[in-house]
Amino acid sequence: MSYPQPHPRFSVLSSSSLSSTDYVQSPTTASSTTRFSLPSVNTTPGSTTPKPPGQRPNIYDRPLNKTRTAEVSASAFAFLFSEVVQYTQKRVAGINDLERRLNTLGYRIGTRVLELQVWRTESTSKAPKRETRFLQALMSIHTQVWRTCFGKAADGLEKSVENDDEYMIVDNDPPITRNISVPRDLSSLSCSSFTAGIVEAVLDGLGFPARVTAHNTPTAQYPNRTVVLIKVEKSVLEREEALK
Amino acid sequence: MAIFGLWVINKAGGLVYQRNFADGLAQLTSNEYLVLAGTLHGIHAITSRLSPTGSSSGAQVIEGESFKMTILLTATGTKFVLLTSLTEMTAETVLQKVYEAYADAVMKNPFHTPEMPIRSEGFDTRITALIGTGQSS
Repeated sequence: MSYPQPHPRFSVLSSSSLSSTDYVQSPTTASSTTRFSLPSVNTTPGSTTPKPPGQRPNIYDRPLNKTRTAEVSASAFAFLFSEVVQYTQKRVAGINDLERRLNTLGYRIGTRVLELQVWRTESTSKAPKRETRFLQALMSIHTQVWRTCFGKAADGLEKSVENDDEYMIVDNDPPITRNISVPRDLSSLSCSSFTAGIVEAVLDGLGFPARVTAHNTPTAQYPNRTVVLIKVEKSVLEREEALK
Repeated sequence: MAIFGLWVINKAGGLVYQRNFADGLAQLTSNEYLVLAGTLHGIHAITSRLSPTGSSSGAQVIEGESFKMTILLTATGTKFVLLTSLTEMTAETVLQKVYEAYADAVMKNPFHTPEMPIRSEGFDTRITALIGTGQSS
């Protein structure tokens, strides 16, 4: 009874990925494997092909802890993200739908970011731990997750004055939307919904279910200032109260 | 020493961006600007075939009595044209920076359609920061 149903978002994702797996495994797509240069899989057990000297190792064989050389070109990512937004925009009905889809894409990254980050920071420490208090978890998102994803810490962490269950992570100039100018007719759209998805997944993974959205809050000094609004579920606050 | 205006012409000869910075040139209607840009596109195509010694990149500077027109042709065929006074020496460097701003604020913007008029606030901001009121620094 502990897991009556997987996370609703997972169920959507897994059904779609299931069908795509079927597609990849069908024999007619043998050529596509070479076209997209998927990592080679040994189909016949026992026969290992010798690696040509000087070739870079398969992405799955590279160490996960190298963070210095694992940086990605900001320009390349900007073009990729631009295409992601265009692709998504063609397939949605409105701004809310677009933000929800970007959030879903970010969610898939967030689950991996959490895992990778725990592996990187906790596997080497003498006393590995897991964030169990909400504020500590938020702090680690504000600094660690932001640093993993964007190479810098976020610029602010605030608690809402009006609502007890709302917290905000402020970024004055989010790198992923630095080159994006949203047209006037979509002015309420924030492409940082992608970041919100990452945050939502990390919080979910740590056991703090929440609904996370992104909002533009431009100031004169920072025209790209974005607030990631975290609305935590009641159960989390009740548990925090009990742990005090 | 003044920068009068900036044009961006797409590879088909259409004017996708036009902005004036300083007074000194006649004010034209947007239709006239479109015609001028198309004409320049044609002239540029002709000048690129005039070279007696093989291929040429075409006209780079066109000078008049009171103004100078500096043209930057990119590898993809987009042209950046800067209208300046005759004494302006920074036109080439300004054009390089305009190209950089174009690559950043226009091409990486998911809401911009290639070859269509540029309506990007980010590009406007970058150009304002770069050229400002038209007085070269």
